Amino acid sequence: MTTLTDPPKESFRLSMLLYDSRYRSMTIQIIVLMGFMLGAAWLINNARINLAEAGKPITFGFLWEPSGYDINQRLIDYSSRSTHARAAVVGILNTLLVAVMGCLTATIIGVLIGVLRLSKNWMVSRLAAVYVEGLRNVPVLLWIVLTMAIMAEFMPQPREFRGENPSARMYLFDSVAITNRGVYIPEPKFTNGLGDIPVAMSLRPDQCESYLEGGELADSCGLFQISLDLWLIIAVLLAGIFVAKLNTMRANRIQAATGERPNTLWVNLAVIVLPTLAVLWYLGFYLERPVLKGFNFRGGIHMRNSLIALWLALSLYTGAFIAEIVRAGILAIPKGQSEAAAALGLRQGKIMRLVILPQAWRVIFPPLISQFLNLTKNSSLAIAVGYMDVTGTLGGITLNQTGREMETVLLLMLVYLIISLTVSAVMNAYNKRNALKER
Amino acid sequence: MKKSVFLGALTIAGLAATASMASTLDDVKARGKLNCGVSTGLVGFAAPDANGRWNGFDVAVCRAVAAAVLGDSDAVNFVPTTGKTRFTALASGEVDMLARNTTWTFTRDVDLKFEFVGVNYYDGQGFMVPKSLGVSSAKELDGATVCIQTGTTTELNLADFFRSNNMSYEPVPIETNAEAQQQFLAGACDTLTTDASGLAATRAAFENPDDFVVLPEIISKEPLGPLVRHGDNQWGDIVRWVLNGLISAEELGITSANVDELAKGTNNPEINRMLGTEGNLGEMLGLDKDWLIRAIKVNGNYGEIFEANIGEKTPLGLSRGLNAQWTEGGLIYSPPFR
Ligand SMILES: N[C@@H](CCC(=O)N[C@@H](CS)C(=O)NCC(=O)O)C(=O)O
Repeated sequence: MTTLTDPPKESFRLSMLLYDSRYRSMTIQIIVLMGFMLGAAWLINNARINLAEAGKPITFGFLWEPSGYDINQRLIDYSSRSTHARAAVVGILNTLLVAVMGCLTATIIGVLIGVLRLSKNWMVSRLAAVYVEGLRNVPVLLWIVLTMAIMAEFMPQPREFRGENPSARMYLFDSVAITNRGVYIPEPKFTNGLGDIPVAMSLRPDQCESYLEGGELADSCGLFQISLDLWLIIAVLLAGIFVAKLNTMRANRIQAATGERPNTLWVNLAVIVLPTLAVLWYLGFYLERPVLKGFNFRGGIHMRNSLIALWLALSLYTGAFIAEIVRAGILAIPKGQSEAAAALGLRQGKIMRLVILPQAWRVIFPPLISQFLNLTKNSSLAIAVGYMDVTGTLGGITLNQTGREMETVLLLMLVYLIISLTVSAVMNAYNKRNALKER
Repeated sequence: MKKSVFLGALTIAGLAATASMASTLDDVKARGKLNCGVSTGLVGFAAPDANGRWNGFDVAVCRAVAAAVLGDSDAVNFVPTTGKTRFTALASGEVDMLARNTTWTFTRDVDLKFEFVGVNYYDGQGFMVPKSLGVSSAKELDGATVCIQTGTTTELNLADFFRSNNMSYEPVPIETNAEAQQQFLAGACDTLTTDASGLAATRAAFENPDDFVVLPEIISKEPLGPLVRHGDNQWGDIVRWVLNGLISAEELGITSANVDELAKGTNNPEINRMLGTEGNLGEMLGLDKDWLIRAIKVNGNYGEIFEANIGEKTPLGLSRGLNAQWTEGGLIYSPPFR
């Protein structure tokens, strides 16, 4: 045993950093990292010095000045006296709105077309193929502009709805108006509404004075306001769904014990629908219809041309990509699965819904995330149709009116980065939960 | 050690940042072309004709500067800019000067660091509506949908006007005048608002201009003029005095037709100084003595340029009004050449 001695302990020499393969890769990495950091520092410093020299040092003070411009679509209270920061928030909310609407419809379209493209019916599968190839091979900007142009040129003007014998008519019992300025739909309202609650009142305390003294709530009080009516309805709806779940579980237990399943459909429907209806009645729910007043329709919800054009074009375009992802996902499921399901006597539709799609979903999901991120970023093309997303407010008018190119663009990049990272974090967490767990 | 390398890099960066300042005049001469920012197309002010040659009231200023500096009124790259891109184009050095219906305001001058060299058109913001709308005053526009070009003073005046009159409106933000025109004609907005001269130009390009009226209210002051970057005073002086030269030429009766004749010498010392037969004003600017002769020869003096592009005999049909010479009761006034 004693013949085996440790190899003589080599002392560390500087040259080993280069010649010893144990250290070399580390050395290279550190050098590259230092080079990268130096390069970045040079760029940043150069920009800083040049800006200072041009008399435009980087400052963000302009964000708290009044913006001076109006924004047509605002989900929170905003006027030309509000700050640039608030204009940016209005823009961010508009970006999120169109992104969420777009992702939902794109997914629905994508799943539908993806499944249809695999149809055994030649005609149907060809049509789906034409859709996919046609949409995804033309830049989305053109689709957005085309949709906008069609809406502006071919839909009737509001004043064509006027008079004894108007040349344009409203739809659905005079509750929906499609005009070249957008679509007006009825708005849910409450006669005995519970009112709103302002959030973050400290932001603009002066606007909240009368509210704090027990008086009326000004629209401009707080960062934004939440509707108590909406929360109450959602709460009741969720409670109903919870009770329905309990009922279904009870039915499952009885079925397991006795082999006979009590009918759950009617009870479930009743516990979900009836309390909600009661709350709606209590709040005095009604639909406010848009009516033509002066130059435009008033009342109801105004879905502007720009929103519709952007939403439709983005969902149709992204839908084409999602369709391909869905198709790939379905084709990734071995044929044996559907044959086995068929052997069990399941019909085509059920095989798809109960056997194939749930498995394919796992394949589909990761690339779907990146489509959602794409859609969100593509929504910045809003600028082409004048949709006031964050690129339009912060990166458009604010940039231009204040001349703070560097600051606004940095902020803008930060906003998109945060939105994208949040979306992908949430989606990845969901994906992890649902991924196949190998044991 | 690490720290000193870093500091060294910073110093180099600092040097690199300062070394790049050359004079605009030298740049333009070396390039042999003047880069001039104009609008994307506004009949009468700046628009390419059927042969692709740029013409107009603002274009004439670019050409006069090019003639004075380079001796060739065609040595100009016309760079179309929108209301939004124009300032970035100028600040970044993409263009040497802007002549694009641009309003002289405090913030543009002071905060955006530009230098307005003068005013070539005194304007104000107005509204245009289709006659069939039955509106005769801007005060009747409560609730209207308004097409505006973003990145303009128009946008801010509009907000102020409706706010101070307690009226509501729906803004439709648009990038270029061409798109605004299309949306307006399609009836996607009730009214189009911009500088009154711009409205006249837009209306002149319509198929049926008589179906549209410009409302009587003028809601703002819009002194429009050429501008350059802060910090190069020599270049600013050149553009300023070319413009002043065109204006003085009208006042003193120098036209494209008689400038050669007058350049032989007159008994009016100011004309002689302008045309280089007396003194050395051209050299003081860093140019030669014939600079203004060349500038005036291109399209004539201020009055000639006005009449040819936007005056009463053109489809725009703008009268001189505020833009008459001070001697005729207008505001157009050049400091003396001496
Ligand atoms: N004078 C205003 C407005 C300038 C402006 O954008 N004018 C319009 C119409 S008068 C224009 O030149 N449009 C031509 C284009 O879009 O290229 C400003 O400086 O902000």
